[in-house]
Amino acid sequence: MSHFYTDVDHFALLPAILLALFGCAIFLFDFLLGERSRRWQLTLVLPGLALTGWHLWKQGQIAPFTAFHGALTIDAFGLFFNWLFLLTAALIAVISYRYLEIEDEHQGEYYGLVLMAQTGAYFMAVGTELITIFVGLETMSLSFYVLVGFLRRSRRSNEAALKYLILGAFSSGILAYGFSILYGIAGSTYLTDIAVAVAARPAFDPLTVLAILTVSAGILFKISAAPFHMWAPDAYEGAPTAVTAYLAVGSKIASLALLLRLFLGPLGSAREAWEPLLVLAAIASLTVGNLAAVTQTNAKRLLAYSSIAHAGYLLLGLVAGNATGLQGIAIYTGAYVFMTIGAFLVLMAVHGEEIEDLNGFARRHPVYAVPMVVFLLSLAGLPPTAGFLGKYYIFLALIESGRYVLALIGAAYVAVALFYYFRLVRSMFLLPAIEVERPKASSLGLRVALGATGLITLGAGIYPEPFLQLAMRSLLK
Amino acid sequence: MPWLTALLALPFFGLIVLLAIPGQARNLVRLWANAVLLAGLGLALPLWQAFDRSAGSYQFVDRMPWIPTLGAQFLLGVDGISLLLVLLTSLLGPIAALASWNAIEDRTKEFYAMLLLLQFGMLGLFLSLDLLLFFVFFEVVLVPMYFLIGIWGGERRLYAAIKFFLYTLAGSVVLLLGIIALYWQGGLQLAQPTFEIAELLKLRMPLDVQRWLFWAFFVGFAIKVPMVPFHTWLPDAHTEAPTAGSVLLAGVLLKMGTYGFVRLSLPLFPEAAQEAAPILAVLSIVAILYGALISLMQQDWKRLVAYSSVSHMGFCTLGLAAMNSNGIAGSVLQQVNHGISTSLLFLLVGFIYERRHTRQIADFGGLAVVMPRFAFVFAVAVFSSAGLPLLNGFIGEFTILQGAFIVSRTWAAFAVFGIVLGAAYLLWLYQRTMLGDLRNEANRGLADLSPREWATVLPLLALALAIGVYPKPWFAVLERPVLEIVGRFGR
Repeated sequence: MSHFYTDVDHFALLPAILLALFGCAIFLFDFLLGERSRRWQLTLVLPGLALTGWHLWKQGQIAPFTAFHGALTIDAFGLFFNWLFLLTAALIAVISYRYLEIEDEHQGEYYGLVLMAQTGAYFMAVGTELITIFVGLETMSLSFYVLVGFLRRSRRSNEAALKYLILGAFSSGILAYGFSILYGIAGSTYLTDIAVAVAARPAFDPLTVLAILTVSAGILFKISAAPFHMWAPDAYEGAPTAVTAYLAVGSKIASLALLLRLFLGPLGSAREAWEPLLVLAAIASLTVGNLAAVTQTNAKRLLAYSSIAHAGYLLLGLVAGNATGLQGIAIYTGAYVFMTIGAFLVLMAVHGEEIEDLNGFARRHPVYAVPMVVFLLSLAGLPPTAGFLGKYYIFLALIESGRYVLALIGAAYVAVALFYYFRLVRSMFLLPAIEVERPKASSLGLRVALGATGLITLGAGIYPEPFLQLAMRSLLK
Repeated sequence: MPWLTALLALPFFGLIVLLAIPGQARNLVRLWANAVLLAGLGLALPLWQAFDRSAGSYQFVDRMPWIPTLGAQFLLGVDGISLLLVLLTSLLGPIAALASWNAIEDRTKEFYAMLLLLQFGMLGLFLSLDLLLFFVFFEVVLVPMYFLIGIWGGERRLYAAIKFFLYTLAGSVVLLLGIIALYWQGGLQLAQPTFEIAELLKLRMPLDVQRWLFWAFFVGFAIKVPMVPFHTWLPDAHTEAPTAGSVLLAGVLLKMGTYGFVRLSLPLFPEAAQEAAPILAVLSIVAILYGALISLMQQDWKRLVAYSSVSHMGFCTLGLAAMNSNGIAGSVLQQVNHGISTSLLFLLVGFIYERRHTRQIADFGGLAVVMPRFAFVFAVAVFSSAGLPLLNGFIGEFTILQGAFIVSRTWAAFAVFGIVLGAAYLLWLYQRTMLGDLRNEANRGLADLSPREWATVLPLLALALAIGVYPKPWFAVLERPVLEIVGRFGR
């Protein structure tokens, strides 16, 4: 091969190529399959993900390395997030088919878009060049715009998609503006060059501050942190529940990876300038997310607000700024993937969105209700669950770095969070059942995913050692 | 398998097997849960014999790696203090299960599953010698108790259940921050960071650090005890809980707070604790008097017993505030005593409620005529709770007052007044319910205690008498660990 496209370049790009190829193949094969046999699309999705996983593993053998003259950096950090994307996409794919059949929207494009979104996320985690990152971000976002509106006949779904599209495009514009300022500072789009240029300036240099303001506004929108969270409740509520889960997990952690990449990399030397900004965003997210969740009557909106609060905790890990904080973010995100998907898949099984729809659910379907308690305890951050470990590390990081007040604020909101999470438990276990029996959108895939997410959420809490080792090793390498 | 691990694993194993039993086989479910808890008691009782009173350190220690990355271990062991509370828990578990035999018709299997999970959490808390493990059990207990109150509780169960959960959780997140900060302090001073309590006791911390940590721990434990002004969750939770829930809540869960003070707050932060002693004492005295006065006013039998716990736990914390050997030993023994006498009172209220489905004191009167045996047991329970000599309550309160008297006569004087008030509301309750003429015709046909009910109260009656008549063996167990704690104050 020529030196424009070396073997290393190919090797670095391979997972994304595979994801895109399988995604396109699904688009193409879709018309060959009849209405009832769309489930067979899974036989393309899962092998595609498995093949991607195999290549990620092979990349892990020789990581870290760079490709395309530094536009891609395959390191432990990027691989860690890509493994999480892979697991997320696999879980989302297997829980969706029955749900889509019931909604009468079982189109093959769905799975193709899931893979396309993951393709974009891949570049957000390993990209170290502004254009690459931006194209990755837009690839992911465009897939999500379509996915949110996937229930074509539902007005709410359409409305959610439109809101998300308009606000999302706006935030992308602001982010692109920030990127252009960074380019202006450095005269290069490579993060390594930008790091040198930013470090050469004082922290409160007007241009740097402007770049930080615009870049953080763009990314905070994507991770749905306050004050850029307004789209989240509407989009989460209107989107098909499976997509809501994907949006809450995949989109959020991909954007988080990008945030860490930029703020710890090229903008790391300007910490004085961005730290107060992120502290404010974290406190605002915790406050808005937790307090607004209390009054919700719709379970999906409740989880949407709670996911804003989770963004706040993740930001606190970055604010702490020490190694423990980063470990905390890694463990928190890992736990977040499983507990959030778990909670949403139980909502899918209930096939109801209002909290009332859960009334008496435990009596009829304890197999779903009991894991739901585990997921909710974990989301609130109580032991012995995975979510506790994440919060434990974040609090430890804050205390180590002397930020006691932030630790106290974060801890106080655990009690608030438990209150609204347990409104769901109250409905499921304490209140009498409603009369109407709802169709249960259960399927083999959903039950497998429920078992897997439940076991990991509880298992990682009871015996966390292997999970902690995994998270440490992947970040320290 | 090591002894304590087996003791802890038994209810958990019982829970797993219980889940496999079909829910319709209610009697099998009841039988199994009772058998498991009784077996647990059988496993725990020999500890009393095997325990070496002359050895100071923790005994029957089981040590296994748990989270080496964090320095947390699966570390179990008992000293005299935890031994008493483990035995109390092991005794009250089967009693609570047996008392619920007829009371729980709805969702029987879930009920006993929650009881077993609760037993697992309670035992784990008193057994663990690792701070993180301690905290995990501190939280594990909340979930089954939430469901016990919320599903099988009284009319206002939904409110009471979440109130209980939120109050305790709010305290325990502050406790968690304290634990993390202590762990971090340990990381600065020790060779490697650890959660092992015995290692953390070696830390030497400046007074201001101690002060912060002490108050963080205080919030967690004071809500659990509960101390005034954090007590408002207690009357709701105790009153609305089903009998088994009330028994375990009052008998065991409240002790988690005082146990936390004895095991952690006092020995870990001795200087800060001594500094805070007057505040603790004042809060305790307020609790004693306020709890007693509120009890005097209650129209609801069960609520009266619930408020009496505020008053009686005030004695336990007053003993701790004295911070001398009499005060602390008396406080630990009084924790056991309160577990016995309040459990008796809650059991008896429960029996009446099962028969009459009302708890209003005004609905009763002259019950001694139709239920003489019940009236006898109730009399013993009332006297035990009021601190009549030759019963258990007396010796505990007396020792606490001795301890308090050494420190401050004013404290002791106020507390004695609390005993008088205690006798007043308890005897008045007895008079209004048991004595006089049988005014309410609905009470005419009430059956006296059944053999099953006798089985639940007899062990408690026997213990109340045994401790009251011959308290020496109980203090003998406490002597060494209490001296060790007191020894830390001298530094």
